[in-house]
Amino acid sequence: MENMFVNPSGECDSKSAADSERTLYPYVTGTSVVAVKYKDGILMASDTGGSYGSTLRYKSVERMKAIGKHSVLGASGEISDFQEILRYLDELILYDNMWDDGNSLGPKEVHNYLNRVMYNRRNKFNPLWNSLVLGGMKNGQKYLGMVSMIGVHFEDNHVATGFGNHLARPILRDEWHEDMSFEEAVKLLEKCMLVLLYRDRSAINKIQIAQVTEAGFKIFQPYALKTFWGFSAFENPSKGAVGTW
Amino acid sequence: MLRNQYDTDVMTWSPMGRLFQVEYAMDAVKQGGAAFGLRSRSHVVLASVDRAVSGLSFHQRKIFKIDDRTGVAMAGLAADGRVVLQYLASECINYSFVYESPIPVSRLVARLADKAQACTMLSLKRPYGVGCLVAGTDESGVHLYYNCPSGDYFECQAFAIGSHSQAAKVCLEREFETFNDRPREELIQRALLAITETLRWQGKEFDSSSCTVAILGENEAFHVISRSVIEQLVDSSKAT
Repeated sequence: MENMFVNPSGECDSKSAADSERTLYPYVTGTSVVAVKYKDGILMASDTGGSYGSTLRYKSVERMKAIGKHSVLGASGEISDFQEILRYLDELILYDNMWDDGNSLGPKEVHNYLNRVMYNRRNKFNPLWNSLVLGGMKNGQKYLGMVSMIGVHFEDNHVATGFGNHLARPILRDEWHEDMSFEEAVKLLEKCMLVLLYRDRSAINKIQIAQVTEAGFKIFQPYALKTFWGFSAFENPSKGAVGTW
Repeated sequence: MLRNQYDTDVMTWSPMGRLFQVEYAMDAVKQGGAAFGLRSRSHVVLASVDRAVSGLSFHQRKIFKIDDRTGVAMAGLAADGRVVLQYLASECINYSFVYESPIPVSRLVARLADKAQACTMLSLKRPYGVGCLVAGTDESGVHLYYNCPSGDYFECQAFAIGSHSQAAKVCLEREFETFNDRPREELIQRALLAITETLRWQGKEFDSSSCTVAILGENEAFHVISRSVIEQLVDSSKAT
C-alpha cells in the first residue's frame, strides 16, 4: 500500500522525485523566542544558537529580523526555512514600498500573510518548519501574534515558542501587566530566558533583545545572562552515591 | 463609413498620437446615464440618474456596494460595469483574506486602471465602456476616485460623468472647495442638487424613483439611502 500515495502535486504515484523536496524533519534549529507587549511597543528575546540535532553547532544565529518599518519577526525551528520566509517577506515589503503611495503593510497584515503561507504549505504536506512570532507597532497600535508551522495563529499580550510555551508563559501569565516600562519588560524577559537557559538543552548563554516602537526597530548586541550554580546540592555530587561522577 | 482612418482597432495610433478606440470608449461613458461623486473630510456621497429600458421595466441600478468600505457608481455600458464590479469586489476580498485588512483605496483603483490599460493595447480585447466613480475609506481617510476606460485614474473632491452632467459639473465647480468641511446632510443635499440640475437640463422634474444616492463615511458602512429619506431631504430643502 505504501507504493500508492498522493504526492504534493496531487498526483497519485509511487516514490517520485518530488518527495525528496518535502520537509520531513528539521536539521538546523533555533530554540525558543519570547515576546511581550510593553508601554512603548514590543520587546522580543531569543538566544543566538543554531542546533544541529543535539550539537550546539552555530552560536551566532540572529533569529529576529526587522520586517518593513513596523514589525519584527522572530522564529524558532528550522533556520533555513526562516531564511526562506525572510526572502518571501523581503519581496512582499519590496512590492509594498514600490507603490510609494503613503500606505505600508503593518504587523497585522504581515502576520496574516505569514499565516496564509504557513497554512498553504501545511496543506501541501511540505511545511516551513518554524514557529513564528510577529510583533510590531503602527499608528500607536501595538500588535503581537504567533503562527505555528501548521498555521495555528493568534494574538496575545505575550507569546513564546517551543519550550518557552511551557517554561516562560507561566511566568508571563503571573508577572506581565499592561504598560510595563522598558526596564521592567527587559527584566521579565531575562527572567524567562534564564529559566530557559537552565532547563532547555538547546539554549545557549548568548541572548539578544529586539525592540519595536513607533520610532522603529532596534536590536541590541548579544550578551550573556548571569547564572548561578553554587547550590549546596551540587557541592558533593558523589555524596549519596559513591563512585559516581 | 469610418469616422476616422485610424479607428479600426485599438492597436492603431493616429498620426496625431491618439487612440480613437479608447476615445470612443470614453464617449460611451458620456452617453450613459449621469453619475456624481462628492467628498468631504469624513464622507463620500455617490449619486446617479437611473434610466429605464422601457416604461415597463425598473430603473437600472448604477451604484453598487463593493464591500462595507467601498462603493462604485458607473456610467456607460452596464454589462461592462458588471464585470468591473466583480473584479473590484474580488480584489477587495482577496486582499482582506490574505492581510486581514481592507485594501487601501488607491491600490484598488490602481489595479482597476492597470486592467483597463491592458485592454488598450491588446488586439484581442476592447476597452471597457464604463467609467467608475470609486468611493472608499481606508487608514488615510475617505477617497473619491474616477477611473476612465483609458486606464487613467485620479482622485477628486467631486466629479460628474454621463449624459447631461455638464449642468451638474457647473454647480459642483462652484462649490467643491467648501465640500471638505460640509456636514453629512449638506453633502447629500449637494448631491441631490446635482441630480436636480441634470434632470432640469433634460426638461425633467426630480423623481426619487429614478435616482439613487449612496453614502460612505469613516465610521459609516457604504449603503444606499432609502427613497423615503431622499424624499424627506428634498421636501425639507424645498421648504427652506
